[in-house]
Amino acid sequence: MSTTANHGGESPLLLQFRHGLRRDQFDNAIRDIRGGWARRELWMTLAFQDIRRRYRRSKLGPFWITISMGIMVMALGLLYGQIFRQNIHDYLPFLAAGFVIWGLVSTMITDGCQAFIDSDGMIRQLNAPVSIYAYKSIWSNLIIFAHNIWIFFGVALWFGVDLNWNLLWVAPALVVLVANGLWISLFFGLLSARFRDVPLIIGSVVQVFFFITPVIWRPEMLPDRALLLDLNPFYHMVEIVRAPMLGQPANLEHWLAVIAIGVVGWAVTLFFYSAYRWRIAYWV
Amino acid sequence: MASIQLEKVSVSFPVYSASNRSLKNRLIQSATGGQIRADTVSQRISVVEALQDIDLDLRSGDRLGLVGHNGAGKTTLLRVLGGIYEPNCGRVSVEGSTVPLFDIALGMDQESTGYENIVLRGLFLGLTRRQIKARMDEIAEFTELGDFLNLPIRTYSAGMQMRLAFAVSTSVVPDILLLDEGIGAGDAAFLDKARARLKHFTEQVSIIVLSSHSNDLVRNMCNKAVLMEHGRIAQYGPTEEVLDAYEAKHGTYNKDRSKLGGDEAIAGAGIGRL
Repeated sequence: MSTTANHGGESPLLLQFRHGLRRDQFDNAIRDIRGGWARRELWMTLAFQDIRRRYRRSKLGPFWITISMGIMVMALGLLYGQIFRQNIHDYLPFLAAGFVIWGLVSTMITDGCQAFIDSDGMIRQLNAPVSIYAYKSIWSNLIIFAHNIWIFFGVALWFGVDLNWNLLWVAPALVVLVANGLWISLFFGLLSARFRDVPLIIGSVVQVFFFITPVIWRPEMLPDRALLLDLNPFYHMVEIVRAPMLGQPANLEHWLAVIAIGVVGWAVTLFFYSAYRWRIAYWV
Repeated sequence: MASIQLEKVSVSFPVYSASNRSLKNRLIQSATGGQIRADTVSQRISVVEALQDIDLDLRSGDRLGLVGHNGAGKTTLLRVLGGIYEPNCGRVSVEGSTVPLFDIALGMDQESTGYENIVLRGLFLGLTRRQIKARMDEIAEFTELGDFLNLPIRTYSAGMQMRLAFAVSTSVVPDILLLDEGIGAGDAAFLDKARARLKHFTEQVSIIVLSSHSNDLVRNMCNKAVLMEHGRIAQYGPTEEVLDAYEAKHGTYNKDRSKLGGDEAIAGAGIGRL
């Protein structure tokens, strides 16, 4: 094994980029994403196992997810209901719905950053499409979401929220969210594998967004619906799921925004994923 | 028909130091432009050339042994063959289902039961749940673990875990098998059984590529060998020729190694170190 400096003045990243940006690499990227889906039995099992391991030998097991979410919603609901002088009957269901969705969206992003980094051992030993680690990260977040959603239904039933046919909109909204989650995992997972600061940066950005996204406060509380709201991608993502949960169909603008984010995100991701997917095994 | 063809394959690893890997440094570098340039030139990312200009052509029936020092590129080559590393340049074409068995216990979960781990290992090997169910009885019987299969495998001894991993890993016959240091399996009483199974298993595989430090293991199992040096193929040919040259070159050190390997390798069927 010999060690040489990189001659030629071109950065290795650029060389790799040139290598990766070819037609056949694009086909490989698509094949990788398709092949990952074909191995769904594997990543579904791995995701389940991850969650089970986290709560192993505890009496209540994964229901701790539900319980801690419940405690959080209750505590925040009572406190901020007072601070904002909100009617608890409206505010608590609003908060529960928002919080549960926020949990899904934010962890899809933060876990997505770790998708490849955390599976380094497997990536270097298993000849499976690397996209399975992105799928796995999304799937474990959906499992957690499935535990959390009961908090909302509990609160909604208690306060007599009007659960109507609009609830059906939640399903397509989740599909669109997950489709976004997948590109986010692939893209930020890739970026994080190379630059280890990315997960930390993303982590703090997501934290800031928690406060500037209407999760604990209502959009109406913001005077004349500032640009701050419309330019906030998280707002649209939360809103397309939350509105139908609270009995209203979401505005078309939210749907369009989330779909647009998905289309642009996927385009950028496919570009980078074609170019750099083959380097992931070297980076992790 | 399984086949492996490599043409002028090279693999290099950029070595990122901690500081190199941070985005901040990259941003600062580009933001301050010319100032730090002198520094960045001297700080060029060094690149380890793990494989250089590898040509290889394997057909059905080939049993290839990879020998060479630590860091000669054996494992990297196996990973290229397994499709885990895509080379920087050159062409790789592999036809046939490939199973890399670098660690036969990969993916086993200590908290899950024996049965669950059979399923898990099976999924790792590319089986579907249905296929695993169909083989479950055969695998369970082979392990001789009986009711233990209902317990979490953290209650198993190392040997018992090995039996389980061995039984599942040898239940799927791929076209191409990639082995790092052979396959180990359990205690002495189990060995006869394991040896027979391993023999049967390896006979069905079209192509085997085995990387090992045990020259005896390579002699027993392989009809061809490659001697790797500094990421290049130093010699390629019939096993005896290559090994003789390797042993001659490295003298007593390797004689000792091969003696050691003789103890490690269970003669005949090519079971590697335990």
